[in-house]
Amino acid sequence: MRHRPRGEDIIRFDSVGLRYGLGPEVLQDVTFALPSGSFHFLTGPSGAGKSSLLRLMYLGLRPTRGRVVLFDRDIANTKRYELPALRRRIGVVFQDFRLLDHMTALDNVALPLRVRGVRESEIRKHVPELLSWVGLADHLGARPSTLSGGQKQRVAIARAVIGRPDLLLADEPTGNVDDHIAMRLMYLFEELNKLGTTIVVATHNEGLVERFAHNPRLHIEHGMVSRVT
Amino acid sequence: MMLFRRRSDLPLAGDATSRFLPWLVALMVFLAAMAVAGAFVISGLMERWDRDVSGTLTVQVIPAGGDHAEAATEERVRVAVEVMRKVPGVLAVKAFDKKRTLALLEPWLGNTDMVQDMPLPRLIDVTVDSDARIDLGEVASRLARAVPGASLDDHRVWLSRLINLSRTMQWLAVVVVVLIGAVTSATVVYATRTGMAVHHGIIEVLHLIGAHDDYIARQFADRAFSLGIAGGLMGLGLALPALTALGWAAKRLEGGFLPSIGLPVLGYVALALLPLLAAGLAMLTARLTVHGTLARMP
Repeated sequence: MRHRPRGEDIIRFDSVGLRYGLGPEVLQDVTFALPSGSFHFLTGPSGAGKSSLLRLMYLGLRPTRGRVVLFDRDIANTKRYELPALRRRIGVVFQDFRLLDHMTALDNVALPLRVRGVRESEIRKHVPELLSWVGLADHLGARPSTLSGGQKQRVAIARAVIGRPDLLLADEPTGNVDDHIAMRLMYLFEELNKLGTTIVVATHNEGLVERFAHNPRLHIEHGMVSRVT
Repeated sequence: MMLFRRRSDLPLAGDATSRFLPWLVALMVFLAAMAVAGAFVISGLMERWDRDVSGTLTVQVIPAGGDHAEAATEERVRVAVEVMRKVPGVLAVKAFDKKRTLALLEPWLGNTDMVQDMPLPRLIDVTVDSDARIDLGEVASRLARAVPGASLDDHRVWLSRLINLSRTMQWLAVVVVVLIGAVTSATVVYATRTGMAVHHGIIEVLHLIGAHDDYIARQFADRAFSLGIAGGLMGLGLALPALTALGWAAKRLEGGFLPSIGLPVLGYVALALLPLLAAGLAMLTARLTVHGTLARMP
């Protein structure tokens, strides 16, 4: 793992604006910085722009204006062929999981490693281990269509963390699981955070945020981001 | 360990393109094989004609009129043979008698009984040393002075027109092959874009987890190659019997105008390479198409 010294900014937004096409700005003058090794909740009502902000953070979108600095690289000045290397340092848990239906749970989780050219022997060793850890040891060969919502979510989380990312972005990761599994996933994120991974969890589950209130919060409303401590 | 068998991340095998692309490539390879074989056959014919007529001249003696026409014509032929034998570089001179001349006309006219009594020009076949530099103009004048109405033909005019026609047909074959390649490429572009649209969600996931464009492009290219090679082999499998049948039909032609239309070894090599070329073209086109489309993603 290539974790940075704790405290240095891993991601920084300066006056970032985002609009889709010719529509109104969904994000306006967003300015914040996340120190390396931090754990933040991203809260806000539905439609406030949480997912758009996360998409900017995982380089799924380019801002309409402003500056995004990720791992000390100004994204506007980064060549397109250099972006995959940055994306490999980011783990993403998508709200709709985005598992590949034609693949088994094991192949879904192995995907980030295969993309990086990791040897099959390594994949064989680590992927079943991680799937066991999230309670899916008996579902290695299961297709997503045969898994429950919670199981899919755990596969999605395993896929996001298998590459031991520097930055983990999770969009409503506990939305489809019961409280017990939600707590277990949150503890997994905290464990990863203790190992140095910077975590951002987008959620509108106020109860969850209260339970882990020791973590700071970014709140987004009407496209504007504020910091709540 | 079937769980870990090597597979494509994209489920391209079930796409509609997997069904139609091989047949399209098969058709294209079939047409390209016809064009390539045609070009080689024409090239072989040109060489054969060129070889046959180079080193030969034909003297045409106009038959004499009057009461003793036959004897006078024979005398003209004898004089013409003498003149030609004295030309340096001439190796052999052979006059065709009337019977032989009629035999030459038979394939074109059928029954020659009705032209037996007509005043047919007499032909003299002259073999010359191919390396000898003969002033044909001077020889023709000398001949015309010695024998009224005699003319000399070195076949060059006839051959050059034939060669021009053949070359045009060869270029046409090349244009046909290029057009076939363009149509194949355009189809692969369409098929690849359709495949990308169908699998957009998967491509986006691969993109966001850090796959390089070429990682995704390679999967489409590999698929296009395997479909192209399958289609190409099918096309070649259809073309070979068709060419064999054409060759067999040509051999049955009378008159010896098409002495042989057999393919040279190089022709067979070119035909064997067609499926590989088609597959390579499909692979390259798919790869470039994917790169072009992905370049529009952030």
